[in-house]
Amino acid sequence: MAKVFIPSLMQELTDGQTQLDIQGSTVREIIKELEQSYPGVKDRLMDGFKLKGNINVAVDGEVSPIGVLAKVQENSEVHFLPALGGG
Amino acid sequence: MPATKVHVTTTINGEPVEFLAEPRQSLLEVLRDVVQLTGSKEGCNDGNCGACTVNMDGRIVDSCLVLGVEAEGADIQTVEGIASADGLHPIQQAFLENAALQCGICTPGFLVSSKALLEKEPNPSEERIRMWLAGNLCRCTGYDKIVKAVMAAAKEMAS
Amino acid sequence: MTTTYEPNKVLSNKEFKVVGTRPVRPDGADKVTGRAQYGADLQLTGLLYGKTLRSPHAHANIKSIDFKKALALEGVKAVVSAKDFPETKDTANYGLGDSPMNYFRGNILADKKVLYKGQAIAAVAASSVHVAEAALSLIDVKYEVLDAVLTAPEGMAKDAPILHDDLFTKEFEKQTKVNSNIAEHFQHKMGDIDEGFAGADVIVERTFDTATVHQGYIEPHNVTALWNDDDRIHVWTSTQGAFTVRAAVSEALAVPVSKIKVTPMEIGGGFGGKINVYEDPAAALLSKKAGHKPVKMVMTRAEVFEGTGPTPGSHMTVKMGATNEGKIVAAQANLAMEAGAYPGSPVGAGAMCVFTAYDIANVTIDGYDVVVNKPKTAAYRAPGAPNAAFAAEQVIDEIAEKLNIDPLELRLQNAAKEGTRRADGPIHPRIGCVEVLEAMKEHHHYQSPLTPAKNGGKVGRGVGIGFWFNIGMQSACNISVNNDGTVNLVEGSTDIGGSRASIAMHAAEVLGISYEDVKPQVADTDSVGYTAITGGSRTTFATGWAAYEAANDVKAQLIDRAATIWGVDPDSVEMEEGVLRSKTDTELNMSFKDLSAQLNDTGGPIVGRGAVDPSGIGGSFCGQIVDVEVDPETGKTDILRFTVVQDAGKAIHPSYVEGQMQGGSVQGIGWALNEEYYYSEDGRMNNPTFLDYRMPTSLDLPMIDTVIVEVANPGHPYGVRGVGEANIVSPQAAVANAIKSAVGARMEKMPMNPAAIMEQLWS
Repeated sequence: MAKVFIPSLMQELTDGQTQLDIQGSTVREIIKELEQSYPGVKDRLMDGFKLKGNINVAVDGEVSPIGVLAKVQENSEVHFLPALGGG
Repeated sequence: MPATKVHVTTTINGEPVEFLAEPRQSLLEVLRDVVQLTGSKEGCNDGNCGACTVNMDGRIVDSCLVLGVEAEGADIQTVEGIASADGLHPIQQAFLENAALQCGICTPGFLVSSKALLEKEPNPSEERIRMWLAGNLCRCTGYDKIVKAVMAAAKEMAS
Repeated sequence: MTTTYEPNKVLSNKEFKVVGTRPVRPDGADKVTGRAQYGADLQLTGLLYGKTLRSPHAHANIKSIDFKKALALEGVKAVVSAKDFPETKDTANYGLGDSPMNYFRGNILADKKVLYKGQAIAAVAASSVHVAEAALSLIDVKYEVLDAVLTAPEGMAKDAPILHDDLFTKEFEKQTKVNSNIAEHFQHKMGDIDEGFAGADVIVERTFDTATVHQGYIEPHNVTALWNDDDRIHVWTSTQGAFTVRAAVSEALAVPVSKIKVTPMEIGGGFGGKINVYEDPAAALLSKKAGHKPVKMVMTRAEVFEGTGPTPGSHMTVKMGATNEGKIVAAQANLAMEAGAYPGSPVGAGAMCVFTAYDIANVTIDGYDVVVNKPKTAAYRAPGAPNAAFAAEQVIDEIAEKLNIDPLELRLQNAAKEGTRRADGPIHPRIGCVEVLEAMKEHHHYQSPLTPAKNGGKVGRGVGIGFWFNIGMQSACNISVNNDGTVNLVEGSTDIGGSRASIAMHAAEVLGISYEDVKPQVADTDSVGYTAITGGSRTTFATGWAAYEAANDVKAQLIDRAATIWGVDPDSVEMEEGVLRSKTDTELNMSFKDLSAQLNDTGGPIVGRGAVDPSGIGGSFCGQIVDVEVDPETGKTDILRFTVVQDAGKAIHPSYVEGQMQGGSVQGIGWALNEEYYYSEDGRMNNPTFLDYRMPTSLDLPMIDTVIVEVANPGHPYGVRGVGEANIVSPQAAVANAIKSAVGARMEKMPMNPAAIMEQLWS
């Protein structure tokens, strides 16, 4: 199961849980699984089939260039972060 | 109302040149838009960045602060006139070898200024180079490699 | 340990044949002879000239615009305003995230409301620049002037004038019902902050304010656009991203990207500020309305200051606690950054970078993105991080002072390493924070006594360290083999500082040929695959990687071809140092040059392709040591000595890496000591010229000594980390710490100009 870190301002949706062990082989599956237990998570993070434009997902510390399509391993860490730009 | 144009006879990079300029046009505008020498750049149009520096009768000037009509009878050298048929001038070569340019927009002005310095003072100190080039802004390099390139060119020209 | 003095050195970890050398750039001759074509240099047949009408007010409703008199002026060919935008969708995305269409278009041509002085309202095309300028003064705009909000704290105040009636605060993307100037609030939380501070022996808390500053590239924004008679649009412009311009013009004008071609001209500096698109869509609209004539628009310097950039002013509180032994146990930051007129300040990046150099168990960071009546902020070299480091690196310094620990030693004791968890969650991969700090500590500069005063002032030394994460994103590259043993390399990254060279060096290394035998060129959007911006320190990393892939593709095809010619199995052929040979038969060998001459007779041309969207991004740490002299009578500060140390992973072209380090550091010095948007109360910038917006000149500076540390990034074939940005993060804090050490004034405001220093000394 992947270790999913819940952003502090989203923990209202997860009964205050800061970290959850979730089954899934992609970020999309992880979000789907989260939504089962904690309704509202999907709408918070996604816009249709994609992550919202201002949210990034990092799997094992690497921001995914392919958003929710990123593969997730058995012991992966998953973080949802505000999107950032560079100069 | 389009202004009446003035006929100007001048020398640019050793060649006799004639052009028609509106009295309000700066030398920079004339060089770029009338004579089609676009090597001199416009960064501020108020004499503060030095990207438009040209040599006019042996003095370096911001061509944005000179009127085109003032070129009458003058001898002007722009960045386009620095290299010769034999190839690049040592100051140009030194800028390349010392990586003294990044974006390159300020480079024409720095080259014209530096060449004028080395023609007057073949062996300037670092302090003197910094003083001389203080009218040319560069935002990319922090000036380190530009100052070193001028020192390298001085050495090369002395040898 | 003391070291001997070397102005520039490379602490290299691995040697290559081409990578790590310092060849002359391929575009060099054109750039020292005035031949290089920058955007403003373009001349086209039938060219018209455009100028933009800009708001004289910081905040106002537009009641009406009357073009009658302007259109009657001889030589005026067309006018445009927001009314000329076609109907389209609600959201714009040109490759850098979503934004509401009305915000995106509003920053191109304002509709109904202006939100900063200098905001574009309308544009004119005419037979000359002078006629276009005269026409602007004939456009009659009626305004209803509103109160302006100029700083983040003003914008966050309960009774603040509201900029957007459709802007509701988001809490990490949760839409609240609060109509406010706070566009977004987010939070990073790790450990237990209260417990952390309870365990601290010393706690320092300070509040910092920094002014708005501009990227300050010497070349103003420019564009030439032709809306052709066949409805295809051609845009020539100086930009950090030709594909970004294409997408932005497409989104703004609701024209498909396939109808738009963008030719990137040489670019005279960007530093993040030439990612955003300003006049390009208006120029295209003018071209169409003027009867399909090309229209060129070049900004004045005042337009650049008032209508583009800048990077935000900020209001920040940082609190840190440490034990007597020097272990930092808790850190808290509250960062509010000005977005300018529309949401999108770099506060997210500032929050990510504020404590990243340290291993701290208990951290809370709150970030606020606040709209104010200033130009919409654009990226500027490590956007957000210098503001944050100005605060955090001064607080750390004060803790070191209180604990009587050497400031580099305290940083080393707490330095982040591989495996350290960052406050925003992820774990650091292999990073070079410790190596940079150690190189600083061992440097001749740090080991030497303070530089003596030049003018009888007080001298002091300061240090700082900063982090920038860098980005990856998409890059494409094609390489085709010429029959004389050279290759043509086509790539899509506009070259701001020598990247043609560093990208070509990747290909030369793979093929085992000389750098001079690779001819790189930057192509237009019709001629190369999608390539994201030259920004985020990604170009050498990602486009270099695309060149590496393309060169490996060429290499594989060369091996196949040699095998065909020799009639052997391709697996038995290898290519090393530009020579193809059989692994088993020493008789069978051929140089790349000889093979290239035979291509057309043995199966046709060889073209390699590389297309990447890489992960494996390596963040970079960069630190500075600075000696200053402060005149206690006037507050004037001079930089006496400056050393910058950065982890480049692998410096592909060390001269250009040094150039990035020196340039970023000097921009940081200007930011620290002089630069600011100096505003009147009603929101007018009082200093929109280079004379009054005082950037550093050669006379203000000493040599900028560099040390390149190479802690290879395991995610890149040659170990590259982007180097464009980390160097601007902490010079400001290092200068502040040096001023403190010289005259005892802890600087809570930036710029630290003479007035600010005297204010601190007298308070």
